[in-house]
Formats: sequence, C-alpha cells, structure tokens
Amino acid sequence: MRARDELSDMLVLAVRSVRRIPRQPDLLIGFTVQPVMFVLLFVYVFGGAISTPGLDYVDFLVPGIIVQSMVFGGFVTALGLAEDLKKGLMDRFRSLPMSRSAVLTGRTLADVSTNVIQLVVMLVVGVLVGFDFKTRVLEILAGIGLLLLVGYAFSWVFAFIGLTASSPEAANALGFVILFPVTFVSSAFVPVRSMPGWLQPVADNNPFTVMVNAARRLFVDTPAATDVWLAPVWSVGIALVFGALAILRYRRVLAR
Amino acid sequence: MSTSLAIEAVDLRKRYGDVEALRGVELAVPAGSVLGLLGPNGAGKTTTLRILTTLLKPDAGTARVAGFDVVRQPASVRARIGLAGQYAAVDENLTGFENLELVGRLYHLGRRASRQRAGELLESFGLTDAGKRLVRTYSGGMRRRLDLAAALVAQPPILFLDEPTTGLDIRSRLALWEAITSLVAGGTTVLLTTQDLDEADRLAHRITVVDHGVVIAEGTPDELKLQVGGDRLEILLADGADAAEAERLVAALGDGAPRVVDRTLSLPVERRRAAIADVVRRLDEAGIGIEDIATRRPTLDDVFLKLTGHAAEDGEGQS
Repeated sequence: MRARDELSDMLVLAVRSVRRIPRQPDLLIGFTVQPVMFVLLFVYVFGGAISTPGLDYVDFLVPGIIVQSMVFGGFVTALGLAEDLKKGLMDRFRSLPMSRSAVLTGRTLADVSTNVIQLVVMLVVGVLVGFDFKTRVLEILAGIGLLLLVGYAFSWVFAFIGLTASSPEAANALGFVILFPVTFVSSAFVPVRSMPGWLQPVADNNPFTVMVNAARRLFVDTPAATDVWLAPVWSVGIALVFGALAILRYRRVLAR
Repeated sequence: MSTSLAIEAVDLRKRYGDVEALRGVELAVPAGSVLGLLGPNGAGKTTTLRILTTLLKPDAGTARVAGFDVVRQPASVRARIGLAGQYAAVDENLTGFENLELVGRLYHLGRRASRQRAGELLESFGLTDAGKRLVRTYSGGMRRRLDLAAALVAQPPILFLDEPTTGLDIRSRLALWEAITSLVAGGTTVLLTTQDLDEADRLAHRITVVDHGVVIAEGTPDELKLQVGGDRLEILLADGADAAEAERLVAALGDGAPRVVDRTLSLPVERRRAAIADVVRRLDEAGIGIEDIATRRPTLDDVFLKLTGHAAEDGEGQS
C-alpha cells in the first residue's frame, strides 16, 4: 500500500464520517445544544453555590467544561464503529483493496472537525454569558490546540469502546459510564479543595484535572497546579495506548 | 468457457472454539461460470465465503481466487473481487451516489472516475433518481441493488454474493436475478450462497451442497436431481373412487411401486407421455374417475431433503 493511497483512504473515510453528521439530528444536538445546555446550567443553576476564590465562576467553568466536551466529542467514533460492525460495512471495507487502518484513522480524524464546531459553539456561548480571556493571543491559540489534542486522544478511547461494545447503544452507555465520573472527579466544575479529603488526591492525579488546569492556565491565567506541559504529554500517551488497544481490538473483532 | 479456475479451495478448515465450522471444504469454479453454494444455516457457507473474500483466515487448507492465494496475497485478491452480502452493507446516512462514489475512491479510481462510475451504475440499476436520496429512505430491494452495484464499482471479474435475495419480494428478486444473469453473460464468475433452491436452479451452472462443514454433493442441477430419481405422475382421483383398485391397476404401467396418499396416486415413470396415456386409458376402462393429473420433476428441494435429511429452510444456528 502506497503512502499516498493510505492518506487518501483516511481522508475519504473522514469526509464520509463528517457528511453523515448533519443527517443524524440526534448527533447534531449532541454537538451543539447539549454543551450549550451544560454551560447555561452550570453558570446559572449551580454557579451561585460554588465558590471559586479569586475568579468568577464563569471564568473558572468555561475552560473545564470545554475540555469535558472535547473528551466526549469522540462518542461519534464509538457509535460509528459499532454501527459499521453491526451493519456489515466493515466487511465491505475490508473486501476492498484499501488501507486497513484508515477505517480507524479516518474516524478519529473526522472527530477533530466536529470538535472544532463544538469548540466554536462553546466559546461563543461562553463569551455571551460573561467569559473573558485573560491571556495573550498566543496562549489562547496554544490552549485551543491543546483542547483539540485532548479531543483527538479521547477519540481513540472511544474507538476502543466502540469496537469492544456489543452494539451502538451499548457503546454509548459504556462510554458514558466510564468517562462521566472521570470528568466530574476533577477540577473541571468545582475546586478540588472543596472535595472530601480522601477524594482530593484522586481528583488531583486525574489526568483530566491536569488537562483542565492547563486549559485554565492558557485561557484565564490561573496558576496551573501541575506543569502545563504535562497535559499534551498525557494526551499523546492516551492516544498511543488506546490507539494500540483499538488496533488490537479491531484485529480481534474481525477475526471472528 | 475457459478451463482455468477462477476460484479454487482445497481442504479448508476453520474452528470456532469447540465448533468445527469447516471440516475440509473443496471448491472449484471455472472462470465465467456460476457456482451455487447451498446448505442449511450453520453448514459453513458464510464461513467459506468469508475465507475466499480474505475477511477470515482459514486454520488449514488453501484457497486461490483469480490465481492469488487468499492468505498470502490478499491485496491482489481484493483488487479482483466484488462482494455483496445478505446484510446490504451500504451506509444508510449517505445517498446512493455517495455510497458508490465512496467505494470507487477506496478502490483508488480517483474522484472523477469514481463519480462517473457511480452515475453509470445507478443508471444501470434503475436508481438514478433515488441516487440523490439517503439510503435509509430506500426499500429493501433498492438497498440490495445498490449493494450489488457497490460490488461492481471496479468491474471485478469475480463476484461473491452472500444470499443476495434473502427476504426480498418476488419483483425485487426477479430484478436482481436479471442483473446477475446479465453480468454472467458478460463473463463474470459468480459464487453465490443461497438457501433458496429456486434461485440456485435459475442462476447456477453447478451446485455444491455443504452440510456440517463438508461438501456432501456436487454437480449440475440436473445431475443432482437425477440422484433423487426421475419424474413422477401424480393422479388426483375423483371423490369416492376406489384408490386401492386404482393402485393395483396402474402398478404395471410405471417404473416403480405406486403410492397412495389420500386421493392422490403417485407413480414413478421414465417415459412420461406414454405413461400418461396408459394410465388414463386403464383407469377410464375401470370406471375410476380422474380429477386432475400432473407430472412432477424432482426439485432441488427434494435433492436437499434427501442429502441433508432436512428441508433447506430449517437449519440449526447461524453460520
């Protein structure tokens, strides 16, 4: 397989995944309405009860909630892969003289574009409800890059989930059950110091906290408890580990 | 017809845990011909097909498709085959055109050639208007036609069809049969799995029957039918006729012992026309009324029943 064909297969399948999205209104809602709803709920319902010393709650919340939405953006990959397996499209692809890995790399690449849409929607809504960047343009751009990297890494987590689950519905449920606690036991929505003592080390060492702190540092200039550089390191690590797991799983599933 | 083999399988074996799905399947399909692979559910049809299309590796045995080894040269095999499956593997959230274009791009035909080919195929399958619509709005028959069209994008010389008409209504089935027949007329080699014996009879030059992972019979449809015997006369006697007397009278006229079930008298015959005249005359002389008379040739259903001990539809489990 020539490198040019590999690349072309990945792009063709990414375009296919992106094309499907506007045709599935439930998915589209997942990208746009749902994150907006979360921002509004947290800012206006919970925000008043959460104390974030030295920072308005909206400035505290927006970087965290965007990281969360990037993490969950990959659910399209889980759903899509589970559906392709169930409907027999995976067999069609595999009977073609195309790159084998493109089925996975095309999917995860498509997530980047949907994550961009989410990111734009959330930043606009965030600004409308009072979020204010407190850093320079270069830092903001670095933060946006980091967010997309985080999203890409978790797309591989979802690829693994999609290939492991028995159906698209199960993939959805499994992804939610695994990742929801991870994103909430973190610094995304409340300061870690407000949690019970036994939970604080868990939240502090959660890679998701590392990513949220880094995003906060790059958007609103809070001192990150951990080094900003740890966030991309974690992201790349997660992408590599779950990428390998997903590829192994892919081979296993197809050998049946 | 050339004598070279388009598809050849020798001693294919595959095991899933404790279940031996294939226990030494042998196949030989000459280029340009149609082989019907028959068998009940769980017989090993789909497993065989998946191995031949490089989707699955056999535990043992070898298979060559278009002269290439399916295990060692899978890319060369894939470039020469088309696969259409029983689950109609097309993307519901793309249009018919986009589906075919996608397949063309994945064959690396290039954007322009892929689009052109998609248009041609939609037209030849009567889907030109539907081609702009999302596939999820298609009927079952339209999906199958699109699925078959997708298998033909790269004009493959060898086509694998996994139960292509299962679950379709008569009209869609006839349309699909017609499409397959014209491909074969153009020189395409086809391997077709089916549980529909009528389909195998219509389309296949030769038939291979598998059961429990091995080939249990092989031949042309006529050869297989001969194995279960020749024609039979079936005579429906008039109400109140003496069936036992009728049975006695015709016994000497057939080529085997007659049987009576209710009012139907069944008689094996070799020369149909003479036998019909003899039977009618003899029963008429004896004053035994005849309501209806028919000759029945053995069907592949009879073949199947005899070979596997059960009818085609009631298999056990999914292969």
